[in-house]
Amino acid sequence: MTDTTTELEPVVTATDQSKPLTPRQAMVRRALRHKGLLFGSAVILAIVFIAVFAPFLTEHDPFKQSLLARMKPPVFMGGDENHVLGTDALGRDYWARLAYGARISLMIGLLAAVISGLIGSTMGIMAGYFGGRVDTVVTFLINVRLAMPVVLVALAVVALFGGSLMVVVSVLGLLLWDRFAVVLRSATMQVRKQEYVAAAEVLGASLPRILIKDILPNVMNHLIVIFTLEMAHAIILEAALSFLGLGVQPPTPSWGLMISEGKEMLLFEPWMITIPGIALFLLVLAINMMGDGIRDVTAPEGRN
Amino acid sequence: MSTPILSILNLTVDLPKGGDRPFAVQDLSLTIAPKEIVCIVGESGSGKSITSFTTMGLLPKALTPSTGEVVFDGKDLLKVGADEHAKMRGSQMAMVFQEPMSALNPCYTVGDQIEEMFQEHTSLPKAERKARTMTLLEEVHLPEPARIYSSYPHQLSGGQRQRIVIAMALALDPKLLIADEPTTALDLSTQAQILHLFKELREKHDAGIMFVTHDFDVVAEIADRVVVMQHGQIVEEGTAEEVLNRPRHPYTRLLIDAVPRRTRDQRDLGDGEAMLKVEGLNKTYHIPGSMFKKARDVHACKDINFKVRPGETLGIVGESGSGKSTLVKCLIRLEDPDDGSVWVEGKNIAGYSRKGLHPYRKMIQIVFQDPYGSLNPRRTIGDQLVEGPVNFGANRADAMEKARELMRIVRLDPDALNRYPNQFSGGQRQRICIARALMVEPKVLIADEAVSALDVSVQKEVLKLLNEIRDRMGLTVLFITHDLRVAAQVCDNLIVMQKGEIVERGTVDQVFGAPSHAYTRMLLDAQPGKGWEVPDVSKLPPVTV
Repeated sequence: MTDTTTELEPVVTATDQSKPLTPRQAMVRRALRHKGLLFGSAVILAIVFIAVFAPFLTEHDPFKQSLLARMKPPVFMGGDENHVLGTDALGRDYWARLAYGARISLMIGLLAAVISGLIGSTMGIMAGYFGGRVDTVVTFLINVRLAMPVVLVALAVVALFGGSLMVVVSVLGLLLWDRFAVVLRSATMQVRKQEYVAAAEVLGASLPRILIKDILPNVMNHLIVIFTLEMAHAIILEAALSFLGLGVQPPTPSWGLMISEGKEMLLFEPWMITIPGIALFLLVLAINMMGDGIRDVTAPEGRN
Repeated sequence: MSTPILSILNLTVDLPKGGDRPFAVQDLSLTIAPKEIVCIVGESGSGKSITSFTTMGLLPKALTPSTGEVVFDGKDLLKVGADEHAKMRGSQMAMVFQEPMSALNPCYTVGDQIEEMFQEHTSLPKAERKARTMTLLEEVHLPEPARIYSSYPHQLSGGQRQRIVIAMALALDPKLLIADEPTTALDLSTQAQILHLFKELREKHDAGIMFVTHDFDVVAEIADRVVVMQHGQIVEEGTAEEVLNRPRHPYTRLLIDAVPRRTRDQRDLGDGEAMLKVEGLNKTYHIPGSMFKKARDVHACKDINFKVRPGETLGIVGESGSGKSTLVKCLIRLEDPDDGSVWVEGKNIAGYSRKGLHPYRKMIQIVFQDPYGSLNPRRTIGDQLVEGPVNFGANRADAMEKARELMRIVRLDPDALNRYPNQFSGGQRQRICIARALMVEPKVLIADEAVSALDVSVQKEVLKLLNEIRDRMGLTVLFITHDLRVAAQVCDNLIVMQKGEIVERGTVDQVFGAPSHAYTRMLLDAQPGKGWEVPDVSKLPPVTV
């Protein structure tokens, strides 16, 4: 039924008289029309801005304790202008800790996703392209990895090596590659079958060239989506580890740690847990929305 | 003529805004009487499938019929509700799709799937349902109905599956049967059987049949009346005899003129040295066994020998599973032949290791069947054209200059080099693929079903271009096809393959004129539209439109 699809989606042919948009222009146009993508990107940009310019956005030091000013409520709950979001149990400014904490969350998300992305996509693409024994080995590794409970392994490693930022990032990076591998393996298998790959081979293209020029660009949108998912995943896991006291160690300002410290006051000062909770929720939601948006905007089936 | 079972009156279906035309179907009127096969012919995008979908009530949501009526059995189908329409589907009107693979549910036996039709629309007891199903299986000439009844779709061949789909369509004796390209995905011999089945159904049942196709040979084989569509409008309508032999509309003439002729001018090729020589090529696939299956060997190519002279076009003809594709893969070394040699200009291509092969890869190039799958959607045309020369050490700027020249040769605008493939139509893409293959100046060009996916008028252009380029560059062409008409038109010599072996070879006249092997005779016999002599459109009297 090839003809119905052409009927339903009239393609702009090269002979078309009206000036067709270049693919880049068309993509920009789709991006500007995609509300989820716009919202997600806006929130992330705002959080990145806060993280980068934290010293300029608050005059408070996130580490400076002041036992005289403990547990001041935020402005909207009757607090004073000096501490916009109040102070924590040790009298540290909550807004300053939130702003500096964004650095930790973003860095962990980005680094962990990059490390796991490199591992997972290499394995996935190799398995999908070569098939056979390579595929058997990779599939086995994926199964081994899937059989390991992430939080438990992370807890064990952190307990052994201590909870520095680098340890948390490496543990998450080394554990979260499974989705990259699974998705890119099947995406590569599909692209591998396409005749343009065969044509490139016949035209004498070397293996690295085929992988970079023909395979990678065609699995890129899968890669981007998984990247955003895993970034969100890593941020949540860091928060969970910090909450359990095994992630980033105090007094480093981390959102997970703030939630953890706030839990003692849950019944008396619920805002202490709600504020970092909302921040975490917004960041993860925005990353997911941006990921979905990028997929919608770059997918070839959306191109017309 | 008896009262029509279906009459469509001034039907217009709107396309969503921003399409290349405002209507998918515009002001369309046609009638189908009981016991009549009406063929709707047109190229892709002509609105023929939209017409059948509207009748079945299966239009995608984006499309809405705006005016007109579709009267079936006294009711206007555009006015009945979705539920009622659904009830009529299957019981009073049925549809057969192009792809028998995806039209059946792989989770149920075919017997269950046919019985479901009775379950859904009647209250027959179980025994009766089964009895009727068996009768249907017999009616569509399936061997061993009892075994087929309890088979799953994957256990059946494409032709058998299509028969099951037809049996399902016939289950409740519908008054209208719509067949949308039902034989396009099938082999020649299977197609002949299915077409025969349709002719038989016309006699046995009272149903009117709407048969959507793009193939004039099929039209010649089965149509009573023909409707020709272009850009959503009917341009010509008449009895099959009229339309096929005395087409009046310029577009119909254009289409019929593009149907490949079974004859061609003999060319004198001289007695040159062979450009490509294949000797004793063998390829066996080993399918490993498992706990429940024995391992087995599939002999895809058995002792293949042939040679092709410079400037010659050798056709390789055969049905699916004949080993054509494996042979091609061995020639371009996407597969390694088990033994045998492939000589091009004194070099045995089959003898090199993958690495040693690199400098000689460019001697044999290929154009694939699917114009949509053979260009990388994420790279510009120019980038893909220079790929070959750059891989063989050329400077990118020089290669780009050459790409511009080749774009002119395949009659595309050289400025289109910085566009992406999705901005080109199927025919244009296929020309780009030809240009890409020619970029490395091959000695041998393999066209692997290169025109099968194209509309006839586009097919004609691409074939002409291939011939032109062959003569201009002295190329040797291997033309792989399942379409005997095309083979007869473009090839000098032919090879017929069956089950991995060459069963017949010779010039086109020898092979088609006096076939010696039973398989060749069977193939020739299975061709649809044998009785139709394609008229010479230029000799028809001019008609003013």
